[in-house]
Amino acid sequence: MAAPASTQTVDLIARFPGMVTADTRPGFTGFIVNKENLLEVAVAIRDEFGYDLLTAVTGVDYLAENKMEVVYHAFKTTGGAGLIFRVQVERVDPIEVPSLTGIWPGADFQEREAWDLLGIKFTGHPDLRRILMWEGYEGHPLRKDWKEAFYEEEVKPFKSRWPDGQHIYSEFKNPFRDNLNFPKDFDPEKYEPENEKDLYASLENHTLKGEGGLKTDQIVVNMGPHHPSTHGVLRVAVTLEGETIMGLKPVMGYLHRNHDKIGERNTYLQTIPYTDRLDYFNSMSNNFGYVTTVEKLMNIPVAERAEYIRVIMAELSRIQNHLIFIGMLMNDLGTMYTPSLYVFEERELILDIFEAVSGARMMCNYYRFGGVVRDIPDDILQRIKDLVVERIPAKTDEMERFLNDNEILVGRLKGVHLINAEDAIKYSITGPVLRAAGVPYDLRRADPYSIYDRFDFDVAVRYNGDMMDNYLIRFDEIRQSLRIIEQALKQIPQGPINSQKPAYQVRVPAGEAYGRIESPKGELAFYVVSNGKPNPYRYHVRPASFVNLTAIEHICRGAKIQDFVALLAMLDIVMGELDR
Amino acid sequence: MYGKGILKSLKVTWDRFWDTYTEDISWWLRGKKRYNSAEGIAHRSSKDTRGIFTVQYPEEQLLLAEEMRYVPFLVYDEAADGKKEVRCTSCGICAKVCPPQCIWIVRTNDPVTNRPVPVPTDFYIDMDICMNCGFCAEYCPFDAIKMDHDFDIAAYERSVYNLEKLLKPASYYAGIRPENAAREDEARRVKEAAKAAKAEAAATTPAA
Repeated sequence: MAAPASTQTVDLIARFPGMVTADTRPGFTGFIVNKENLLEVAVAIRDEFGYDLLTAVTGVDYLAENKMEVVYHAFKTTGGAGLIFRVQVERVDPIEVPSLTGIWPGADFQEREAWDLLGIKFTGHPDLRRILMWEGYEGHPLRKDWKEAFYEEEVKPFKSRWPDGQHIYSEFKNPFRDNLNFPKDFDPEKYEPENEKDLYASLENHTLKGEGGLKTDQIVVNMGPHHPSTHGVLRVAVTLEGETIMGLKPVMGYLHRNHDKIGERNTYLQTIPYTDRLDYFNSMSNNFGYVTTVEKLMNIPVAERAEYIRVIMAELSRIQNHLIFIGMLMNDLGTMYTPSLYVFEERELILDIFEAVSGARMMCNYYRFGGVVRDIPDDILQRIKDLVVERIPAKTDEMERFLNDNEILVGRLKGVHLINAEDAIKYSITGPVLRAAGVPYDLRRADPYSIYDRFDFDVAVRYNGDMMDNYLIRFDEIRQSLRIIEQALKQIPQGPINSQKPAYQVRVPAGEAYGRIESPKGELAFYVVSNGKPNPYRYHVRPASFVNLTAIEHICRGAKIQDFVALLAMLDIVMGELDR
Repeated sequence: MYGKGILKSLKVTWDRFWDTYTEDISWWLRGKKRYNSAEGIAHRSSKDTRGIFTVQYPEEQLLLAEEMRYVPFLVYDEAADGKKEVRCTSCGICAKVCPPQCIWIVRTNDPVTNRPVPVPTDFYIDMDICMNCGFCAEYCPFDAIKMDHDFDIAAYERSVYNLEKLLKPASYYAGIRPENAAREDEARRVKEAAKAAKAEAAATTPAA
């Protein structure tokens, strides 16, 4: 685990005297940058110090100190620890912070999210609209003084549950039994949603003009939110000229449940099962990321055997995620169901193992702070071995035989440009998409967490950045994951599976932690701020899908509408994680 | 040759198609039941499965792993006189640890002394809200709340289970999770033996 103090090796204070101060709060690291100098400092961080990948932008509302803070996490694509820099502004509306979209376009969606949920206005942002909350929504839900509709108490556990827990439906406390809160003097008859108007206005502003080559009217098409191929409830408004996409704006939030706020109401432990529901294909990876982050804050070791179990489970999860990716990509390309059902067989076998060890196929809830829930018996280790050694390699080969040379598939994928390395870094893309563009950036190697430094494996990388490479790299990663699991199964020691005593209330010292793992879809990171109480003060998820989707507009403009669904499929988004 | 790749693809599909029939025939020739039998279902969920993979629910049901967890229930021991001895002491740990806060417990107070009595007056679990995480079972210090295997609980009304509906005998628990139940019973027996030995020691020490 990288020591947080290592971020201090970059001497921003000497470079920018008077503009930057060190963050000296206990448990915090990094630099506080003056709001006025943010752009200047950010350019230097990117160009002089080489932190080219801005992974996370988020805000924290320090209500008691009357401050609003924006936290930036920048990393180098060559690997190593990151640089944390932040801006603190007075918490008086309008809260304004300069936008970094000009320097890192990948900050786009995350800044919109910070505006939507925390009400931080990013000046100079090209398209600052709400992103997750719905039209007509009032307020900023992640602010500490905001309360949800069925608000009960600030933090769990709620006092009404015990010792006098007479069950009552929360809506029964509300006279109209609904959760609608209208502002005063609101007349639904006269209400016109602004968001739709704003969406189309922004779509028009960001549309290429007259470059489609065809003299024709531009038309706006809405795909979704119930389009069968957008991987859930994602809506995309596109402007077409003939068949060429001239402008595109994704609309999301249909599955939004404010996971961050739930996480702040929860105790640390209670959030683990909620992380299962982020990227519901990879609950094991999500658990992994969250417990790694909290362990960093708590500064506790992980039991040796549990480390191996964690790696085995996370890699199995990666295998089944990539298998699903291949199957669903084929669905999106029109090969309805035959390949996807073939991969589902292998996935089912992996899920059987998840069920046997954790109790659930998808919502595993298997990791705990300091270890895992229960040990894996030897017969299940044998089953994993059989799968990993005998079955999955053979079936992966069969899938490759089945698909890779197929002329129709090759025709659809080969040479259709997705994104090049330079743009992928600019747009903060991580995961297989970045590696298929030729950047060998894999957190398991670049910033090793857990025990990945003990295994011998290669970072899968391909160089063309077209759809074919993005498709093939998934097979490469499955093979590497199989290698890791084989080694882990050989090396796994006997011993306890948790370094801590089982406790439903953990003590987390005050401070902040940014934990990240290589989830199958990219960098999954959690940013947790603790104030020493049983519940996190700030809990933020940096999901891979959400940040990767920032580039969709850039990827698709100029492409053909027929390719849109496939291009979107390549980003491997999942709405549970995207909308949170 | 253009089209060779497609032929290669079709060969895989053909092999799979062929397997569905040859598997069935080979099971039939060996005089074994591939469908509607535990052996057949186990084979279809194993690494050697070929051909038809699906399990025809509800005629057939997948064999559940012991650890498989669905909504919680409360365990009671059957006393010799047939009385239900509820293990729950209404300590409230499950209600505190529950992530969606769907457990509601009414603790019993002694009518005379007004002191808490270790038995719940009522116990509600809102099954519509329960997320099957298993924390309640994991952190219960009395092995009183456990996760069930009974997963088809669809209902027309909202499902708030009360104490009566939640209670299931210890024998049922031992039936669905034999290994866990044996391990926990053993641990409890050891603990009680230690407690008894300690009490005995405490009783004998003043005399000595």
